[in-house]
Amino acid sequence: MTPVPPERHLLRAKDLADARYHEPLDVETLARAAFVSPAHFSRQFRRAFGETPHQYLLTRRLERAAELLRNTDRSVADICLTVGLRSIGSFTTSFKQLYGVSPTAYRAAHPPTERARVPTCVRQAYARPLSSSFREDKPRAPG
Amino acid sequence: MLKQLTHVQVWVDDQDEALAFYTDKLGMELREDVTLPELGNFRWLSVGIPGQDVSITLMAVPGPPVFDDETREHIRTLLAKGASGGLFFAADDAQSTYEQLKQRGVEFTQEPTEQPYGVDAGFRDPAGNHFRMVQQQG
Repeated sequence: MTPVPPERHLLRAKDLADARYHEPLDVETLARAAFVSPAHFSRQFRRAFGETPHQYLLTRRLERAAELLRNTDRSVADICLTVGLRSIGSFTTSFKQLYGVSPTAYRAAHPPTERARVPTCVRQAYARPLSSSFREDKPRAPG
Repeated sequence: MLKQLTHVQVWVDDQDEALAFYTDKLGMELREDVTLPELGNFRWLSVGIPGQDVSITLMAVPGPPVFDDETREHIRTLLAKGASGGLFFAADDAQSTYEQLKQRGVEFTQEPTEQPYGVDAGFRDPAGNHFRMVQQQG
């Protein structure tokens, strides 16, 4: 029997971020789910999925926040806490970086609409913003 | 015209492990289990939900002559990353099915959650295939 590829364990960390983004998850918890030491975890996760676990979790939280901004009338502060983020300031900053507008402006631009009935897991997978839009991820200048 | 869908194929890492998972844990029945020595011991293995005629073929990822080693490893890696697609199941009672499967050790990615179309939960098989279970709204 061939051993299971190590990515199978990393996938558990990704699943955990998708399922429990609203909890105060940290890299250690995600690393434990993947049976990988925290020291190697971020690099391995990035090699498998193309972004760091921190970026994955943050973009999942922002995707969930965008959904709540569009489809509920809950306050920005409440939504920030609901998706597992604790600082409203950094939530607003990250949100602006990825969506180009503040949470309030985003809400105003996206009134709730009648939605096609595709499964929520599909919606979540496709709606997550790309972490490559973060400035820190821009390719470095050569040299 | 095509008449009927009879089998869908799911890649698995280990057919014995998969068979135990799909029958003992998910409650499916064994449909076909044939090993063909003339085909390098290729094993045609299928399971299905009792009462439904569509079968799921649990296919080991083959090496040469079907795929070269590199291709085989690519497929196995994609499978392990959860990138191999998925299947959608229906349940009469998503919550009780969830509790039953969870108790048997099924790895859930999402607990039953109210959605506009019904109650929806997600789980994986040992190889990494992703499945959904939906209790459709009446």
